[in-house]
Amino acid sequence: MREITYREAIREALSEEMRRSPRMIIMGEDLLPGGGSFGMHLNFGELFPGRMIETPISEAAIVGTALGAAMTGGPVVAEIMYSDFMTVCMDEVVNQAAKIRYMSGGQARVPLVVRTPYGIAKGIAAQHSQSLEAWYAHIPGLRVAMPATPADAKGLLKTALRGEDPVIFLEHKLLYNVKGPVPEDGEHLIPFGCASVARSGTDLSIVATGLMVSKALEAADTLAAEGISAEVIDPRTVSPLDWDTIFASVEKTGRALVVNEATLFGSIASEIAATIGEKRFNALDGPVRRIGSPFVPKPSTPGLEKLSVPSALDVVRIAREMMPRRRAA
Amino acid sequence: MDNDLTPERLVGFWRDMLRIRAFERAAVYQSSLGKIYGALHSYEGQESCAVGICGALTSEDYVASTHRGHGHSIAKGARMDRMMAELFGRETGYCKGKGGSLHIADFSCGMLGANGIVGASYAIAAGAALNAKISKNGRVAVAFFGDGAVTRGTFHETTNMASLLKLPLLLVCENNDYAQYMHRSETMVFDNVADLASNYKIPGVQLDGNDVRAVFRAATTARERALAGDGPTLLELKTQRFTGHSSGDPQVYRTKASVDELRRTRDPIAAFERELMDAEMLGDGDAIRAAVDAEVAAAVAFAEASAYPNDEELFSDVYA
Ligand SMILES: Cc1ncc(C[n+]2csc(CCOP(=O)(O)OP(=O)(O)O)c2C)c(N)n1
Ligand SMILES: [Mg+2]
Repeated sequence: MREITYREAIREALSEEMRRSPRMIIMGEDLLPGGGSFGMHLNFGELFPGRMIETPISEAAIVGTALGAAMTGGPVVAEIMYSDFMTVCMDEVVNQAAKIRYMSGGQARVPLVVRTPYGIAKGIAAQHSQSLEAWYAHIPGLRVAMPATPADAKGLLKTALRGEDPVIFLEHKLLYNVKGPVPEDGEHLIPFGCASVARSGTDLSIVATGLMVSKALEAADTLAAEGISAEVIDPRTVSPLDWDTIFASVEKTGRALVVNEATLFGSIASEIAATIGEKRFNALDGPVRRIGSPFVPKPSTPGLEKLSVPSALDVVRIAREMMPRRRAA
Repeated sequence: MDNDLTPERLVGFWRDMLRIRAFERAAVYQSSLGKIYGALHSYEGQESCAVGICGALTSEDYVASTHRGHGHSIAKGARMDRMMAELFGRETGYCKGKGGSLHIADFSCGMLGANGIVGASYAIAAGAALNAKISKNGRVAVAFFGDGAVTRGTFHETTNMASLLKLPLLLVCENNDYAQYMHRSETMVFDNVADLASNYKIPGVQLDGNDVRAVFRAATTARERALAGDGPTLLELKTQRFTGHSSGDPQVYRTKASVDELRRTRDPIAAFERELMDAEMLGDGDAIRAAVDAEVAAAVAFAEASAYPNDEELFSDVYA
């Protein structure tokens, strides 16, 4: 299969869906010059005249307007330049978009996708580096995707754009230039709530989200060399979560380690770990372990920034601790 | 405070503008060498705005700044060496390397912080002004912001409230025509930011941001009004940025020729320098230039010689 970057995969999903739904529009700041802040809309101005709505710096109005347009038409993509800026439009996301279908007794359909880059990048510090997926996942009525590969980015975004519930679509900034095989198929759709087994194994289940999937896979390589067979599960969407795949893996391996980049306290990793403990206690050979960012804002300086997020080595270290001590020969 | 524009004061303005420019050029250069890790938003081209406004303030007055904040820090009295160390991510930086360019703050001179969020400065400055009013400490607060930030709701919420409460606040818009890649004609329907003031029943003054004297005088008047208990003033300074939005910006939204033209015709330092020389206030200025170059070189050397913060620093300054 041909390989394209995560960025190109997202662009492809957007352009395929723009062609497919003539009513679809994209709204946000700095969408077109140079293809947009992250180069996502290269040539979209020429390709989709009148359908790229360039906005002022007005996040609340962007998401609120996108919501109104989605309720009466759509699909609509609202782009928020960094996910940290979602905090300035949280009423529109949490009280409005998430609630209207339910509050209206099912009258509303909300084909709205809020695309936004999250996570650390290079020293851009505390207000540009956060992973706030747990905030959104906490809200009934929102669906939350965190694709870890180019193929999943394309497939999940296309599904999101064909759905009727608001989706928060989280793209990791450090994944944009990562290449991977992506189907050219215009019907490459990945359902929400369907995890992927990124690597199969028998000794330990590592459930990882977003950028942490690649750290978990790297760790699994190291562990394999030590004779530990790790299975890596990527939930792909954190709301809804695919419990069946997670539980099946834990039943097979008897050990679960959950990894996310977000601050560990109150995170998706915590939610997954708690649920495994509650629902599959009898399948476990030991406590469920979690890895996430320490409880500090993201620092700018490179050494501390590196320490402020989980690494493949952290995964290896905890995985080793989880395995039974080998007896000396 | 001596508000007269004495020759010493004018030469001081020129020197501070030079200092800001030299700092920014050095930062951009060091960044190109890979010595600075995070992104930079250069203030080059807007120097007269920070210098004129901060020239009218005391070191006790408060300033809340933006993502393009280096100039505000320097003009408010922050030390270049500790600023450069912050850009270099070193423990001797103002924020121990934890903030970086976007978050330089020096509370000792009233600089409450640069900011990564567009439109966050208004309310923070208004809060400092509220404290000044309640505690009767005789200070004013300045919110710096760009043209792009006027379209945030926070502008309108804060301006209305600050006017209602008659806060000692200066709302200083540095209108450089661009919000990242968008020309102001694509982001706002009003022609002049200053015109918005009348709706909030406060004075709104538009002026040439390159005219450091005019900026200083307008800020002085606004400060006096604020201290008299008459409330905020909105100042719109027409200015320009000479560089891209941030370090990586290829500037596809404007031509190189138009930027060259700006540098040729709208350089606030060159024009002012000519005036000072014609008025024989400056001599050749070489001694000052040399001092500025030495200060910047020392700042870079200081940053380079400083250590990175210890790992434990990750966990300090936050309640856990
Ligand atoms: C709430 C929010 N939205 C978007 C951004 C991204 N952003 C940073 S600076 C900027 C442009 C700001 O333009 P302006 O206020 O005119 O300041 P200038 O860059 O011209 O100094 C944008 C869109 C942000 N940091 N915060
Ligand atoms: Mg601007």
